[in-house]
Amino acid sequence: MSRLAIRVEGLSKRYRIGRFQGRTPSGCGQGDDRWIWALRDISFEVREGEILGIVGRNGAGKTTLLKILSRITRPTTGFVELRGRVGSLLEVGTGFHPELTGRENIYMNGAILGMRKSEIDRKFDEIVAFAEVEPFIDTPVKRYSSGMAVRLAFAVAAHLEPEILLVDEVLAVGDARFQKKCLNKMEDVGQHGRTVLFVSHNMPTINRLCPRSLLIDGVLLMDGPSPEIVSAYLNSGQNTAAAREWPDPALAPGGQVARLRAVRVRGRDGRIADTVDIREPVGLEMEFDVLKPGYVLLPHYHVFSEAGALAFEAVDTDPAWRRRPRPVGRYRSTAWVPGNFMGEGMMYVEAALITLEPVITQFWERNVVAFQVLDPAEGDSARGDWMGRMEAAVRPLLHWETQFEPVAEPLGIREG
Amino acid sequence: MKLAEIKQNIASDPAVIRFGPSKSIFDLELRDLWLQRELLYFLILRDIKIRYKQTLLGMGWAILQPFLTMIIFTAIFGVFVKVPSNGQPYPIFAYSALLPWNLFAQGVARGATGLVDNAQLITKVFFPRLILPLAAVIAPAVDFGIAFAFLLGMMAWYRLTPTIGLLWLPLFIGLAWLTALAVSLWLAAINVRYRDVRHAIPFLLQAWMYASPVAYPLSIVPERWQGLYGLNPMVTVIEGFRWALLGGPAPSPSLVIPALVLVVVLLGTGLLFFKRMEQTFADVI
Repeated sequence: MSRLAIRVEGLSKRYRIGRFQGRTPSGCGQGDDRWIWALRDISFEVREGEILGIVGRNGAGKTTLLKILSRITRPTTGFVELRGRVGSLLEVGTGFHPELTGRENIYMNGAILGMRKSEIDRKFDEIVAFAEVEPFIDTPVKRYSSGMAVRLAFAVAAHLEPEILLVDEVLAVGDARFQKKCLNKMEDVGQHGRTVLFVSHNMPTINRLCPRSLLIDGVLLMDGPSPEIVSAYLNSGQNTAAAREWPDPALAPGGQVARLRAVRVRGRDGRIADTVDIREPVGLEMEFDVLKPGYVLLPHYHVFSEAGALAFEAVDTDPAWRRRPRPVGRYRSTAWVPGNFMGEGMMYVEAALITLEPVITQFWERNVVAFQVLDPAEGDSARGDWMGRMEAAVRPLLHWETQFEPVAEPLGIREG
Repeated sequence: MKLAEIKQNIASDPAVIRFGPSKSIFDLELRDLWLQRELLYFLILRDIKIRYKQTLLGMGWAILQPFLTMIIFTAIFGVFVKVPSNGQPYPIFAYSALLPWNLFAQGVARGATGLVDNAQLITKVFFPRLILPLAAVIAPAVDFGIAFAFLLGMMAWYRLTPTIGLLWLPLFIGLAWLTALAVSLWLAAINVRYRDVRHAIPFLLQAWMYASPVAYPLSIVPERWQGLYGLNPMVTVIEGFRWALLGGPAPSPSLVIPALVLVVVLLGTGLLFFKRMEQTFADVI
């Protein structure tokens, strides 16, 4: 039996929220400060060589836990014991500087992530090859396409080999092929006896990479084999799965006229998709039974961004059933959200259905499914060549026009 | 192996680090600092590399900045006001003070904002936070080196030969560094919480420069004020630098000792303050 690599005991973290801290010297430390517990009394142990998944809804404290383990922030109570060098990947490309060349950034970023210079020297060629940027390695990163910069940042991170590796949802960027490459690399790391803690919203990845997982929501809800944790999570109502089904009609949400049986997120190829390319259309599919005939029904969706903003609403406008009373039976309505429309990040879907005349809500399921929208940053999305933050819940690709008139003299000179 | 045994194991193993809500502010984490010395090196290198990126004159600015200041000082204080300059040519007199002054001022300016400028690093990666002010204070050494070479050239032009006192030079440079580090530790930690620091720094440095014998000699400071004046460690640095390089009046022990004591106190308290504030940097920044 291998030794313990991580021991966490009674860990709690409290944050002050509500207002900007320390704005005035007199306002510091008292007054209307509110505190919230991001984590409460978390205890667990991880053995050397284990790959542990960490699962939970947004705001459950997953990132806070990683930040405490990597010593970025201190716990409010409890303690942590770690054996060996810790590397944390809370973000890709930390410390990248646009003015430095690819080569310089590899060294800079590597050192920031805790790699020795000799280690970077040794892995340098491998990193460059992995990132597929060989011809540009001595070009400043500001001249890179955004995709290239992301790949380079990944490549450095993927070659980090500490005894304990803490990974936040960083693999969820870049194109699908490159993501897969990174996942394979991570699997390798696990097989070399390193301990990995892996936070993800992607349940298939958790199941594939991690034999054991933790389910947290401020507190530690469950600790066990990943398949059990994943299914508990998916059925807990706080899940972020791309599909949700109610096989037992007795348990399905619904009213006297209609009952919800399933909601699924589908990619263009028709497969259930928990991750979609920002440029591709996404189908939101709702399966429901009509129990009583003769009503005009209005299925609709509310879609929320990761930040909780209502990104858009959509009401069924299918002409085939519009204003038409529906007979008893099973219906499957799909709303196609166009590509290049939603913002990046997790999107949460509410599925609802009402009868018209009279208006009666039959079901209204909050956070029923969720999916992740990814921008591979290849230049043809609404992101264009901008690589920084974009915060809006929607990101439509707009048609831009420019009118240009050459002016002989600079404006304003004539007037003096 | 029983679980209790394993627990015992992990607790007593020296390879295991243990941390909880707070740590001793007297623990300077020198081991971590040493382990991450390469990060310090890369941060300094990054600072140096990006400093003059996309400039026409590049490193030339390291010479030009003190040189242009020297010209202005020479015109105003050397020619118009006719400030005494210890019998040395005024340009040399001013330039030889501007070098250690710039080393200090740049260190403070970069060190004080270094934590906030690197907020992204602080919230995403762990490393001993002391590395940031350290890197900021050390990086101006390159500018200093270049400007120093230029100073030697200027001295040759004026047919001045360095004295044997030159051997003392590293001592005064070291003192300038320590002073800059001490001030940076205080200001950087405060700046994390109160961004007022950023706005106060240009004024602070300007006032500090006029409170140091950069444009004028120590000798014109009235006798009864010299004790108070000498508490400014930069007085010792600049006077010592000039003396080591050009000869003239050596800084007296009554000047040097209070300055040394003050720097040690400032540095010690600065370290403690920094370590105390450090625990919440990532939460507050």
